[in-house]
Amino acid sequence: MNSRIRTAWLFLTPMIVLMLIVAVWPLARSIWFSFTDTNINDISAGQWVGLENYVGEFGLFFNSNDEEGFWAGDWGVSIRNTFSFAVVSVVLETLTGLGLALLLNQDFKGRAFVRTAVLVPWAIPTIVSAKMWGWMLNDQFGVINNMLVNAGLIAHKIAWTAEPSYALWTVVMVDVWKTTPFMALLILAALQTVPKDCYEAARVDGVHPLRVFWKITLPLIRQPLLVAIVFRLLDSLRVFDLIYVLTANGSTTISMSGFVRREMVEYGNMGFGSAASTSLFLIIMLTAVIFLRLARVKLSEDAR
Amino acid sequence: MNLTLFKTLASLLLAVGLCHKSQAVEITITCGPSGSDVEFCLKYANAWATQTGHTIKNFSPPSSSTEKLALYRQLFAAKSGDVDVLQIDTAWPGVLKDHLLDLKPLSNGLENQHFPAIVANNTVDGHLLAMPWYTDAGLLYYRKDLLAKYGLKVPSTWEELTSAAKKVQAGERSKGDNDFHGFVFQGKAYEGLTCNALEWVSGSGGGTIVDAQGQITINNAQAAQALNQAASWIGTITPTGVLNYEEEEARGVFQNANALFMRNWPYAWALLQKDDSLVKGKVGIAKLPGNPSAATLGGWHLGVSKYSKNASIAADLVLYMTSAQVQKARAIGGSFNPTLPALYKDKDITNANDFMSSLSDVFANSVARPTTATGLKYPQVSQSFYNAAHEVMSKRTTGEEAVKKLESRLKQIRRKHW
Repeated sequence: MNSRIRTAWLFLTPMIVLMLIVAVWPLARSIWFSFTDTNINDISAGQWVGLENYVGEFGLFFNSNDEEGFWAGDWGVSIRNTFSFAVVSVVLETLTGLGLALLLNQDFKGRAFVRTAVLVPWAIPTIVSAKMWGWMLNDQFGVINNMLVNAGLIAHKIAWTAEPSYALWTVVMVDVWKTTPFMALLILAALQTVPKDCYEAARVDGVHPLRVFWKITLPLIRQPLLVAIVFRLLDSLRVFDLIYVLTANGSTTISMSGFVRREMVEYGNMGFGSAASTSLFLIIMLTAVIFLRLARVKLSEDAR
Repeated sequence: MNLTLFKTLASLLLAVGLCHKSQAVEITITCGPSGSDVEFCLKYANAWATQTGHTIKNFSPPSSSTEKLALYRQLFAAKSGDVDVLQIDTAWPGVLKDHLLDLKPLSNGLENQHFPAIVANNTVDGHLLAMPWYTDAGLLYYRKDLLAKYGLKVPSTWEELTSAAKKVQAGERSKGDNDFHGFVFQGKAYEGLTCNALEWVSGSGGGTIVDAQGQITINNAQAAQALNQAASWIGTITPTGVLNYEEEEARGVFQNANALFMRNWPYAWALLQKDDSLVKGKVGIAKLPGNPSAATLGGWHLGVSKYSKNASIAADLVLYMTSAQVQKARAIGGSFNPTLPALYKDKDITNANDFMSSLSDVFANSVARPTTATGLKYPQVSQSFYNAAHEVMSKRTTGEEAVKKLESRLKQIRRKHW
């Protein structure tokens, strides 16, 4: 037994060292920075400021200078935007993904081809699809405005990505287009594990197809479905590239990651930016824990 | 035979030795990425290389100046010597002051030939951080033909501009030209709006947001009034779309003969005089209105990185690029405005660009953005200022409210010091 443990450690050591270098060290350093006033101008010159970046008159939370309330400040807006984006897009992606997966689970001619074709939006790098949609949605020369105007659906061309009231929902739309295939694929894999005899028994008993879906399909794919939703939720809470490329990251559509980038890269506030990124990490972790608790997802067999 | 061999060897060795002494080095300069930049920057850098025997490597930065600055700051944070000579925006010396070489000991006093306001902008704590290369300042473009037709003179205050614009716009619209506007400028929420709004505020006696001592001065009645006036233009003498205009959108309206006045940089002049321009020959330029008139200073400069391994050679390239000879060639070929007052009297330049002779007065009376006082935090200060101006113009708040809010926001950005 002892020698087995030793062997296990031997195999694990390279991985642990690697993780320490590429994950733990940067993370620890970033958390350290968040308690200092470090500026990118001279990283070694940062002074310890305690919790000043987090709370108080210069901080992210409980800031006495936020006269119009927390949710009106840039940080509050970015949290709101991120969650509206994540919730709406994950719900839409799950529903469309589920529909698509049920469709692809049927036997029809050319199924293999359609299954592959559906994956195309997911295979395109986000930057490319964002740029592509940006051109299609352009208010002056975009093909979408042109089609809508010609069809008589809208009277004036709409600045989809610039108008504050449309911009975030445009981003959601593009994200749904892009990520539905991913959800569909995961759900399809789950559907194929459902034993055929359940369906056959239901058919023999003459059960209504909707009832079959609610009573057989959904309960049997529940676990993988919830895991897929957790994946997407965590992913969409970190959203950055789509918003940055599509909307030029104006204050009205900024996400939490965009806020972190703006503080660190554009303003050079490594300390404050690190505090924001640490908060982002904590917020996402908290969300994940709450979601897993509520949905009672089993990530491993022995969990209760 | 042996002797000749010896002689050859000796001369070879000598040659190698000599080469070693004046070793040719590679200097990296940020030219580009735009076409005209490559044409009018790299060309002269290569000319210098041919003269001196060194070689030039081009480092092509991102086109957006915000991203350019972010990249420079990352390079400097890593103390990277990859880039020797950098193009520096007028707004940047305060931000980059710790990483640029003081050129004063190497310049032999050449900076005294340039406009003093620009040299002062580039001098932080007594260090000359960049040599002026070309300059820009806000200008008022006006339609000579229309002012004459309505018997108006070129406005010298913002109030005069407003009433003249109203009168001409009403007159032209009554003749069926419904797309005619009185005044266009840069109103999108970006650095350009900081330049525009500073001209209104400063030209109304409202100061420069933050004064030279670092005191926040924006919360005053004149500044609020200037912003309110700008808000009153939107939808009356200025199209609402101006809230999303940069330089080129404004020029598009003016060049299609759809505006009486335009605030823009000098580059627009050459384009307005092209054959396909609808206003060719009908345009005049003047100082911006205001008492005193204030034109925001723009332009680019050349600096040397402190981490350059060949700093003195890089400085030599900077002095060559900013010399009268190169600036003259760039002025004639690319209508880049020289930073040397003497060149505005140069016959060759005024023949090629006759508008330039009238600009030297504007450059001499320009106002700098508060970059030196706010130092590292200027990008945030500017963003808060243009967001405040944008909010007033889109009528989401009043000038008085906005300057009050801006003051408290700037205090937060400053924390204990700039």
